[in-house]
Amino acid sequence: MSGIDDIGVRIEPPVPDDHSYGNVQPILHEVLHALDRLLETGEPTTIDLRSMPFGPGEEERLEEALGTGEITVTLDAMGESRIVECAFPGVWLVTHYNSHEEIMARMIEVTEVPEIVRAERRELRSGAERLRQDLTGRH
Amino acid sequence: MATRQTLGEILEQQGVSRRGFMKFCATITSMMALPPSMVSAVAQSLENAKRPSVIWLPFQECTGCTESFTRSHSPTVESLIFNSISLDYHHTLQAAAGHAAEEAKHEAMEANKGEYLLLVDGSIPLGNAGYSCIAGISNEEHLMNAAEHAAAIVSIGTCAAYGGIPKARPNPTGAVAVRDLIKDKPIINVPGCPPIPMVITGVLTHFLTFGSLPELDHEGRPVAFFGQTIHDRCYRRTFYDRGLFAETFDDEGAKKGWCLYKLGCKAPTTYNACATVKWNQGTSFPIESGHPCLGCSEPDFWDKGGFYEPLSATAFGPSSALLAAGAAGAALGAASAYAARRKQKKAQEASE
Repeated sequence: MSGIDDIGVRIEPPVPDDHSYGNVQPILHEVLHALDRLLETGEPTTIDLRSMPFGPGEEERLEEALGTGEITVTLDAMGESRIVECAFPGVWLVTHYNSHEEIMARMIEVTEVPEIVRAERRELRSGAERLRQDLTGRH
Repeated sequence: MATRQTLGEILEQQGVSRRGFMKFCATITSMMALPPSMVSAVAQSLENAKRPSVIWLPFQECTGCTESFTRSHSPTVESLIFNSISLDYHHTLQAAAGHAAEEAKHEAMEANKGEYLLLVDGSIPLGNAGYSCIAGISNEEHLMNAAEHAAAIVSIGTCAAYGGIPKARPNPTGAVAVRDLIKDKPIINVPGCPPIPMVITGVLTHFLTFGSLPELDHEGRPVAFFGQTIHDRCYRRTFYDRGLFAETFDDEGAKKGWCLYKLGCKAPTTYNACATVKWNQGTSFPIESGHPCLGCSEPDFWDKGGFYEPLSATAFGPSSALLAAGAAGAALGAASAYAARRKQKKAQEASE
């Protein structure tokens, strides 16, 4: 009877991971069109990345193509969110994590500043009220 | 009563900020497969959404659907289960047992008459009631009682939606689907063996958000998740269109990640969201792991010929019309998949 060592083993190189499944290029075009629209009409666009049929490694390649710009915002609300401006101003990669650091939602926002970053009037009012109370308490 | 609080109130009590709420809305809009432009509409509806009572009845099932549901990776699921819906009966998850559990169900049904959502997993045996019963009461009786005053019914999994594996030939228990027994209530089918967790929560969230049922296809499935075939959204589709197929599981084509059509992939005739929503926290789906789609979200998937037989073999005999279409080009792909689906259904009916 032959032993396990007699079974031939051949190690093959893995499939090159730069294979294109054709999703990156169309999304980049979509981003470009959204940028044009933002310039012309001021209308922002959101592209939900969950609805894309990415092949292995494609999402990473999309990130590479978008690059990283000057601004990264970290939001701490119901888990972390990372809002990163890409190498193209006005193109933001928004990733929402839950408290277990798992990705819940991922989107490209083409806008001047993502809505979630802005402080809303209601918040401004309640913040001002708190500061006023703090200052009154101190005197 | 606690169940009548709005979601806005519940989240505010928990100290969720506006940004937290926006994040929540962006996540569930994506989860419901709605366009991102709907986020503000979702936010508005959700602020005023009422917490629905949910009763989950398990019949002839393997608990795989519950396993899938409780593994939805979004954190909103914990909040969905414990805050946004009032899960009043689920015999695997609830603490109560025996009479106390049945009592809780009756109380919830009485208090929320006409308004509760009934979730069902598993098929219902019409043969011997003893094949599957709870507290000595047959599955059929449980279903008919709970369905009477339900606002709507969600059939979770292929067994509840179409009869599934228990109904596979020769169907020893006389298993039927929920829709075979209930004709006078709205039924949403969320098939899959198991269904994708995000699809289950997406459907529940739709009901919670808009208080209505999502748009359904001819099989009663939400179009948002079941509107396209897996083949339509498959990242390997480009290989199909170019006529590049794996012939065996260990050939060059398989290693290069070519199309699994010839190895029996049922993606062209299977409507589901696996190719985009994916499984295991978005890691992959069967085709990405190198295995053909089994077509588990389609009626009678168990009896549609061999899992490793190409669709062309089961639907047309050896002439491989669909395969020829695939090799000919992309434009024919969708049409031939549709044709294959219809022919397959006809072939199935003819063989019965």
